[in-house]
Amino acid sequence: MHNVYLAIVLAPLIGAIAAGLFGRQIGRIGAHTVTILGVALSCLLSLVVFQHHVIGEAEVYNAMVYTWMVSDGIRFEIGFLIDNLTALMMLVVTFVSLMVHVYTIGYMHDDPGYQRFFSYISLFTFSMLMLVMSNNFMQLFFGWEAVGVVSYLLIGFWFKRPTAIYANMKAFLVNRVGDFGFVLGIGAILLHTGSLDYWEVFGQAEGMARETIGILPGAEWSLLTVACILLFVGAMGKSAQVPLHVWLPDSMEGPTPISALIHAATMVTAGIFMVARMSPLFEYSEAALSFVLIIGALTAFFMGLVGIVQNDIKRVVAYSTLSQLGYMTVALGASAYAAGIFHLMTHAFFKALLFLAAGSVIIAMHHEQDIRRMGGLRKYMPITYGVSLVGSLALIGFPGFSGFFSKDGIIEAVHASQIPGAGFAYLLVLLGVFVTAFYSFRMFFLVFHGEERFRHVQHDDAHGHDAHHGHGHEPHESPWVVTLPLILLAIPSVLAGYWVGPILFGGFFDGVIFVLPEHDVLGKLGADYHGIGGYIAHGLMAPPFWLAMAGLGAAWYIYMKNPAIAARAHERFGKLYELLDHKYWFDEIYAAVFARGSVKLGSTLWRFGDALFIDDILVNGTAKTVGRLAQWARHSQTGYLYHYAFAMIIGLLVLITAFVF
Amino acid sequence: MSFPIPDLVPAIPEMFVLAMACTILVVDLFLKDDRRDVTYGLTQFTLFGALVLTWIVHVPEARVTFSGSFIADPLSDTLKSFIYVIAAGVFLYSRPYLKERGLFKGEYYVLGLFAVLGMLVMVSAYSFVTLYLGLELLSLCLYALVAFDRDSGRASEAAMKYFILGALASGMLLYGMSFLYGLSGSLEIPVVAEYLIANAGQFSVPLTFALVFVVVGLAFKLGAVPFHMWVPDVYHGAPTPVTLLIGSAPKIAGFAIIMRLLADGLGAMHADWQGMLVLLAVLSLAVGNLIAIAQTNIKRMLAYSTISHVGFLLLGILAGTQEGYAAALFYTVTYAIMAMGGFGMIILLSRQGFEAENLDDFKGLNERNPWLAFMMLLLMFSMAGVPPTVGFYAKLMVLQAVVQIGMTWLAVYAVIFSIVGAFYYLRVVKLMYFDKPADEPLPVRGLDVTVVMSVNGLLMVVLGIFPGILMSIAALAVGP
Repeated sequence: MHNVYLAIVLAPLIGAIAAGLFGRQIGRIGAHTVTILGVALSCLLSLVVFQHHVIGEAEVYNAMVYTWMVSDGIRFEIGFLIDNLTALMMLVVTFVSLMVHVYTIGYMHDDPGYQRFFSYISLFTFSMLMLVMSNNFMQLFFGWEAVGVVSYLLIGFWFKRPTAIYANMKAFLVNRVGDFGFVLGIGAILLHTGSLDYWEVFGQAEGMARETIGILPGAEWSLLTVACILLFVGAMGKSAQVPLHVWLPDSMEGPTPISALIHAATMVTAGIFMVARMSPLFEYSEAALSFVLIIGALTAFFMGLVGIVQNDIKRVVAYSTLSQLGYMTVALGASAYAAGIFHLMTHAFFKALLFLAAGSVIIAMHHEQDIRRMGGLRKYMPITYGVSLVGSLALIGFPGFSGFFSKDGIIEAVHASQIPGAGFAYLLVLLGVFVTAFYSFRMFFLVFHGEERFRHVQHDDAHGHDAHHGHGHEPHESPWVVTLPLILLAIPSVLAGYWVGPILFGGFFDGVIFVLPEHDVLGKLGADYHGIGGYIAHGLMAPPFWLAMAGLGAAWYIYMKNPAIAARAHERFGKLYELLDHKYWFDEIYAAVFARGSVKLGSTLWRFGDALFIDDILVNGTAKTVGRLAQWARHSQTGYLYHYAFAMIIGLLVLITAFVF
Repeated sequence: MSFPIPDLVPAIPEMFVLAMACTILVVDLFLKDDRRDVTYGLTQFTLFGALVLTWIVHVPEARVTFSGSFIADPLSDTLKSFIYVIAAGVFLYSRPYLKERGLFKGEYYVLGLFAVLGMLVMVSAYSFVTLYLGLELLSLCLYALVAFDRDSGRASEAAMKYFILGALASGMLLYGMSFLYGLSGSLEIPVVAEYLIANAGQFSVPLTFALVFVVVGLAFKLGAVPFHMWVPDVYHGAPTPVTLLIGSAPKIAGFAIIMRLLADGLGAMHADWQGMLVLLAVLSLAVGNLIAIAQTNIKRMLAYSTISHVGFLLLGILAGTQEGYAAALFYTVTYAIMAMGGFGMIILLSRQGFEAENLDDFKGLNERNPWLAFMMLLLMFSMAGVPPTVGFYAKLMVLQAVVQIGMTWLAVYAVIFSIVGAFYYLRVVKLMYFDKPADEPLPVRGLDVTVVMSVNGLLMVVLGIFPGILMSIAALAVGP
């Protein structure tokens, strides 16, 4: 299997190099052919690996491929750790990536950066696979940074737009904060264990839990807690958890296929995957788990609320992504790692679907993204309408759709959890269900139902990277390269949930994810699990379902039946609306405190540290002092003979005094 | 008192130089002004002959003759060889300058040869009398040479200052020697050394008193602070060929008498004179490097630079180890070659009625004559101690010797002041390469001068890349 794993990683890399460096030679068709073939091969082989490991129940594969260097006894290696978790992630990544590759043919067909785009997304696939297949922290960090770089490149793909440059800079800087924590966490682990290999580190987790580290004088903290929280800070950056979430909504400046692939389905879930992979470490630190739980719950609820007031179709989906990432994080904090990964998978399918469907709408609306200027698209775009309904139902957790199973699992797990903060988190995730349903169907109704408002508005071409269109065209369904991936993604968006038994309550992650017996909430829930039918029946009576229905109904009533309420609510709750509209002023605070603070600090250091102290005092100051000293000392050379003789006598006297007496 | 005829063989080179100097004095009287090249030729022949003779009579063992007042050993023969070569270079550089100014007279060569003779005697001196004799012979010739351009007021002033201060210093040296004679009962250096070893650990006050006077006398001859006042005025005031002569070869002779007097004769008092030399070195490094920065005249600048180099030379000697002496010898020879090149360059760029002695005269030299500019660059880099030039290794060896005896602070101090010193050397390079030239035409120079200047400059790099040649010579001369 060794060569199969290598091929899975290298096929997209070769595609990326071919399309990136030789894009002009091989042309548009050549570029998409070579990259799609590479990713398709990866996807196919991932299926083989999945079959081999999950269905064939093969041994866990852990082997080194290449030693980069050995320094002071620490080995820096490239290696693969393939188990059920990896196999699942590989399948999700390559499948979504393949869908996005195909979709891109339609979405980007007249973009001048066509080959570059294909090169980037293939490179991303390579990086993400390196990340998930890694068996050591070094390679994990490589993949982590590599996906970050590609994300940066793709957010700024339309590099002539100032907003895109702003957004990719922002994503990069915010991720640096997270990555700094991440690399410190790896450092803390390396400090104690002297190894970067997962299994060697996991073997010493208990020892690390007992070790303490004094960061501030007088305060001793558990080394493991410190390391885990630092690692999670990395995850907060990559998976956009409060307060490092600010980059994700702005990342929607990138082309829509990227939003689907990177900023919804795969890269942003790297943090979730990483924590699940590190479960043997996190399990021994209740403090870290509690931290994860609370951050996740805050993200899940409050980011969902912001989604309600957004009017840009992609931003609604982006806040929805933030909120769903919060749900996954909550699951991790509650030690229900399997539920987190399960939601990661179902979310990857239905959120990619929703994004690509949004992209399809955007194409139909000639790159108009404001949902207030849409409406009534159902009859023009039946396929997009259908798959959007599937995606939205999956997102709100309608029984029978994939999101229902995974989200219900998370909510139940949090309910059962005994970790500090679980009660608070339970409340937030429960309320989050209502919010999710409300904003999802608000968008759904505004886009596909009601009045055809796009006929009235004067179109101002704010997003005009292609100004080839005029008005008067009727909206029409997208070409097959767009709708085919939508349909292919809609299938797992419904069906993936039926796998709930083995993943949540079965032995799917045995030997991969480690849970201490006292944290094993899924095990407790599993005792009551009696097949899929019972699970759905139970779900129909549980509060999340009724909350979701209430949210859906409220959205219908407010935005379809009686739109006047929306306007009145807007007036009545002006302050609250303003708070949400400004996304809790995170951006403004960051800009004022961190951005301006850094600029001020920088200019202060430059003015006083560099210009004044180093340049003026140290460098020029020394030179001037020496020069002045020289000017002063030269006056000793008076030219008078008796001065010279006098100096000699003085010298003689000094020597006599010093050495004779 | 019997007076046996001494073994004259070890002194054959000195006798040859003396005889030739007298011959040239007479021959020159009968030469017309346009035949003066004969004097020049004879002088160069004398130096070449002396070099050959030195190595013909050379034996590896030390030989003492003239009743214990003269010594010929590897050290003396090595140093003498460098003196011949450098003096020959000096005469070669000087000729066009002297010709252009009507100074191309026999006196320069006769006085020059007698100065060389004085240096040879100093190098081979083994008693206080011989040592003083050589020193005075050299000094008197130099006094006269400084005033050689009789019409120059500046030169006469410099000569007067040099003469009076030199007399004072000679007096001090003699005073110290007389004390030593009084205490030990001998003028011979080895006998004094034996006396001191016998009395090691209980030196009387008069002995230390004598040591101070000897050190002061030596410090004056080398130009160490605070006995350096004559150096800038004399270097500046004297005609450049004389400055060239004063600034180069006599340093080697000065090193020799320090070796004979302090290392050999007063070696037992190392602890005492080490302290004095530390003081002198510290002052010389600071004063030399600092005041050099403020100079606009390159001759004065090089004078202060000499003072700072003397500081380095003293560092090697004060270490008191074989490595230190070898390093000091290496440094002295290197410095003499660098100084010869530096002053030679001034001569090359000067012409009748124009002395290229201001820093500004070097502006844009690269545009006017890239090859000479490059040679000057090598010389300046070497003086500043920039690798891979030989100046770097000279400094490095001295610093190693100082660190070996545990005086790391002194090494650090020396390095700091070499950095300060690098400024004014590199300023010359900056002027040559980055500034606009004045419209002064360059004088056309003969092939001999250009070739020697090229050799002189390239030697900086060649010796810098292969420092082993000079190092092994230095180590061999200083002995095990």
